[in-house]
Amino acid sequence: MIAFLIKRLMHAVLVMFVISIISFAIQDNLGDPLREMTGQAVSEAQREVMRDEMGLNDPFITQYLRFAGNALQGDLGTSYFYKQPATEVILRHLPATLELVMASSLIIILLSAPIGVFAAIRPRNWLSRLFMGTSIIGISVPVFLTAILLIQVFAIGVTVDWFPSDTQWGSILNGMLSTDGGMPSYGRGELTHVAGSWSSGFFTADGLWHLVLPAISLASIMLPLFIRLIRAEMMEVLQSDYIKFARAKGLGLGRIYFLHALKNTMLPVITVGGVQIGTMVAYTILTETVFQWPGMGLMFLEAITRSDIPLIVAYLMMVGVIFVVTNTLVDLIYGLVNPTVKLAGKPA
Amino acid sequence: MSQTTPSAATASATTPKTNSIVVPGRWQRFRESYLIYSFKRDWMAQVCLLIFVAMVIGAFLAPLIAPADPYDLATIDIMNSELPPVWMEGSDPDFLLGTDSQGRDLLSTILYGTRVSLLIGFGAVILQALLGVTFGLLAGYMGGRVDAFLMRMADIQLSFSTLMVAIVVGAIIKATFGGAVFSDYALVLLILIIGLAEWPQYARTVRASVLAEKSKEYVDAARVMGFRSRRIMFRHILPNTLSPIFVISTVQIANAIISEAALSFLGLGMPETQPSLGSLIKSGFDYLQSGSWWITLIPGGVLILLVLVINLLGDWLRDVMNPRLYKG
Repeated sequence: MIAFLIKRLMHAVLVMFVISIISFAIQDNLGDPLREMTGQAVSEAQREVMRDEMGLNDPFITQYLRFAGNALQGDLGTSYFYKQPATEVILRHLPATLELVMASSLIIILLSAPIGVFAAIRPRNWLSRLFMGTSIIGISVPVFLTAILLIQVFAIGVTVDWFPSDTQWGSILNGMLSTDGGMPSYGRGELTHVAGSWSSGFFTADGLWHLVLPAISLASIMLPLFIRLIRAEMMEVLQSDYIKFARAKGLGLGRIYFLHALKNTMLPVITVGGVQIGTMVAYTILTETVFQWPGMGLMFLEAITRSDIPLIVAYLMMVGVIFVVTNTLVDLIYGLVNPTVKLAGKPA
Repeated sequence: MSQTTPSAATASATTPKTNSIVVPGRWQRFRESYLIYSFKRDWMAQVCLLIFVAMVIGAFLAPLIAPADPYDLATIDIMNSELPPVWMEGSDPDFLLGTDSQGRDLLSTILYGTRVSLLIGFGAVILQALLGVTFGLLAGYMGGRVDAFLMRMADIQLSFSTLMVAIVVGAIIKATFGGAVFSDYALVLLILIIGLAEWPQYARTVRASVLAEKSKEYVDAARVMGFRSRRIMFRHILPNTLSPIFVISTVQIANAIISEAALSFLGLGMPETQPSLGSLIKSGFDYLQSGSWWITLIPGGVLILLVLVINLLGDWLRDVMNPRLYKG
């Protein structure tokens, strides 16, 4: 176990090292801090002196080591736009993104397990077919389109007049298909201050109300994937001998399905889930753009349009940390849950 | 996943065996294959293929069949902007699906946009496949350090989501060269970005099949006969790994089209002057609140339909060829 742990940690460090090199290369090639700091009036000679003072003429290695040293202490430079330390800016935007991801994960976990298990137990049931049919559509709809559709239907509202409104059934059908809209589709709503830079939308009705559409959009891309995955795994597990044995012994079906079968179904789900957390961070960029959600993703996009290099670099490092931490954790959990995994050996 | 992948090789056994002395031609073998047999019995696959082919033909014949040329600024009249589709009030019969915010005919823009999306989707997948198949063959066949190095690279890249990689690379290129240069080369850049971001998918699949194939006797025989590694890899092993490659290709095309749309939606993709479906959706999104839903939702619907039929075809293909690649 220890050897495995060390191996994983080494891997994580290696990945972070690669990310930091890439980040530094970006900063080194794109950002000229002098141009940001000085005006037009400063002469070229003075600039050269300042460059020397700031160590911008040092060799690449020296500069990188300085960058890495600062980064380890949480100093990633100062944002050109906010005129504040980039780490501070990132940390201020982090809670919004985390809350969004948490809310979506909650939706995914609460819905995918029961639906997936049901679809596996009763594959020919019409409800299962409906779920599976919807899930392939769900996979095919890009997350930003889901978001736009949700805005159109629930925030702006849809008026349907396909049926003749002078008849009773026509107006009823029209009314059923029309929506009023009015759901909030912009920003986070009312927030409560929790601690430090963390303001939460979880504790006010308005904040939760604002969270609904973005969280559903973000969940929409992962939910079908997890339903299909759980269903496929579950169907396979149900074929195995130990389930047949449990059934033969006369155990209750609920116990077999949800205790014995689901436990083994969850193994691949954990691994996929860990990777998907990373994917969700990528999708937060899209969701946050559509809903103007003031999180890291939106901040990153704005930083790109403003060429705010320190902020871009800070975002990359932050996302790198999130990915590495989740992947390492998932590997460790997988190793703990599945004793057959060869811990010390390389994962084939 | 790695425990189950060796069985992927069993899928390659679906290629028809011809024991008779008279060997039928390729076309006849194709016609009698299980692939065609099951296609004829699956109306869903037929409908999907029909829609897909219709969309591809429509997109690539866009210059011939589109009512207007969205790239030709001379034909655009800003007075025609934001006209609704013909079935709504206040529409102009000249514009079947209405117009966008610049007064371009939406139907024509969608046809041209689909062409751009398809070009990028196919281009990116071809690039992915070239890289992934080569690396996968090398890793699987050579083993040892080459394998360890390539797979570690693939692992690292896969541990980030491919969309994230694409967004970051796109952002960096845009920040480095500026928006104008990016717009000029957007098509090529997008193919490169999406192609480079997704090669590990192919590499892993191919490697898994190669590992299973490598231990078979025909490879030993080829080696004993003194063939060189390159010949064994590409002429002997590669053909036997084709069915999983086919299956993931469909899904990868759908993914590439979605990635392109996502990048364009974020402003890191095709410019509005040369729109893809994604940039059409983006340009229409600003007008959604003012009630002009068609500028966003009609291209959106086309995108969903395109990706959906490709995914359904991929599902069908996977069921037919049945390599145990994905379990999702």
